[in-house]
Amino acid sequence: MTLGGWIVMALSVGGMTGLLSWCIYKVVSTPGSTEHLHSTADIETPDIEDD
Amino acid sequence: MSQASPGKEAWASRIGVILAVTGSAVGLGNFLRFPGLAAQYGGGAFMIPYAVAFLLLGLPIAWVEWSMGRYGGARGFNSSPGIYRAIWKTPAAPYFGVLSMIVPVMIYMYYVYVEAWCLAYAMRYLFGAMDFGSAAEYEQFFSAFVGEGGHGNALMIPGEGLLGSAVFFLVVCFAINFTLIYRGLTRGIEWFCKWAMPALIVCGLIVLVRVLTLGTPDPAIPEQNVLAGLGYMWNPGTNEGGLLKSLANPEIWLAAAGQIFFSLSVGFGIIITYSSYLRREDDIALSSVTACAGNGFCEVALGGLITIPAAFVFLGVAFVQNPPGTFGMGFVALPNVFGQMPAGNVFGFLFFFLLFLAAVTSSLSMLQPAIALLEEGLGLGRKASVAMLGFITAVGAGFVVFFSKDFIALDTIDFWIGTFGIYVLATFQVILFGWVLGVDRGFEELRRGAEIRIPTFFKYVIKYVAPVYLLTIIGFWFHNEFLTVPDEPGKTTRLRQILDSLEVQLSLALIFTVGILFTLLIAQSVKRWKAAERAQVEVIP
Repeated sequence: MTLGGWIVMALSVGGMTGLLSWCIYKVVSTPGSTEHLHSTADIETPDIEDD
Repeated sequence: MSQASPGKEAWASRIGVILAVTGSAVGLGNFLRFPGLAAQYGGGAFMIPYAVAFLLLGLPIAWVEWSMGRYGGARGFNSSPGIYRAIWKTPAAPYFGVLSMIVPVMIYMYYVYVEAWCLAYAMRYLFGAMDFGSAAEYEQFFSAFVGEGGHGNALMIPGEGLLGSAVFFLVVCFAINFTLIYRGLTRGIEWFCKWAMPALIVCGLIVLVRVLTLGTPDPAIPEQNVLAGLGYMWNPGTNEGGLLKSLANPEIWLAAAGQIFFSLSVGFGIIITYSSYLRREDDIALSSVTACAGNGFCEVALGGLITIPAAFVFLGVAFVQNPPGTFGMGFVALPNVFGQMPAGNVFGFLFFFLLFLAAVTSSLSMLQPAIALLEEGLGLGRKASVAMLGFITAVGAGFVVFFSKDFIALDTIDFWIGTFGIYVLATFQVILFGWVLGVDRGFEELRRGAEIRIPTFFKYVIKYVAPVYLLTIIGFWFHNEFLTVPDEPGKTTRLRQILDSLEVQLSLALIFTVGILFTLLIAQSVKRWKAAERAQVEVIP
């Protein structure tokens, strides 16, 4: 593994870990975030209720 | 029973939201597709266009899709043809939605097959049927299981019959997926994302520790050690010719952007459909960044550190440079790691079963865009829409399974739909947002209810940088693959592949057939929308 490899790995893994940590901090520190944040998994499609 | 304090409840629900949002994006793309592509395009060299694409394309276009979806939903549309029509007042607009139909539907056709491989591996670990002695045996088993040797070979494994075959597990997966979606049981997915996805990540971390401590498993081959494996994954310029030669190939930029879109579900037509169901005051800015970050973490920090180094250590550089299809590397490399772990069968079962469950959540969401069109445009009920989709996807999956020699159908559809199709759709959507909806109006939508402030800098990225970036790469790629003759012996082009291979031609014919079908469905939907609008005008003179 070359020095370039270590740098690419550190930047890639560190960058993604840092971004995820920042997102977790924002979610945890923002009041009311739980009611307004969504993912495709928790969005209910109204057609399920229709059937 | 004691009641939890409000503070504790708030913490629990916040952690639940983080787990649900980050977990929703995790799937086969992270652990299986990403390492396969990174290996094909030179490991560390691939990470440069990958990082650029994440920042300049993935994040901004995820915001674009969430915003346009909610914008269209507020105007009564849930399908992307309807949403495009609401944004762009031209008769051609809904027909651009053909891509946002065929991309998720056709990806489903092979995604469910890879999902079946995960289930089969999990069951084999559960029943102790994965104890092979050497790396070569794992490779031979996988090759026989997926029928890599010849068309139709996936129907049966020699000595195990139909019940051990990939086709049997494909049928089981189809039954599970369509039962869940037909009976409207998809609400349980939120619960699953909260708890099973973190379990997959923990399992991945344990496997990662084992990979990093492998050292040199075979002292007779000292060059196959974990540090060299990490070097293959991360050193820029692993490929012959070095970094600059790798980066001069437009296809590496296309593949990196395609992988970002694939794993973030951007340019799929999925996010735009789901976000159309959101309320006006819901956050879409922080939600999408959190999903992208969780996904990127699993892909780079787990997928990138586990699969390629493990494959390198056990199977050598020749295998890594020529992996068995885009998705196959993990199925050959990881069983070797589990074979070197205490309680390897338990970890093998947990890893593949959790990956299977992650794939189920992703594959169910792939069906929703087409369901929304069939309901909204044709007035079909959910169950009729699901039944119709079941038939279409079963035909496609059958095609992928049958043309199994060298993964030709799977890899062809994965490239033309899973990379190229997604890329074109993402390009269309970013232009629609930046130049038709208008970047200011689009940002107004994005910032409504947002829990974070998106920097204004991204307006310029969305309006200028992303479209120029995407169009330039595709221009160079088209020139290289369709207008030039390769100067290196043995190098082929996409045009050559199309002209020389009947299987590639048939795969493209399948794509066009599905495209024509959805064009007709959209034409019918447009008629219904126009009739409904005329009726509304007559009622309210």
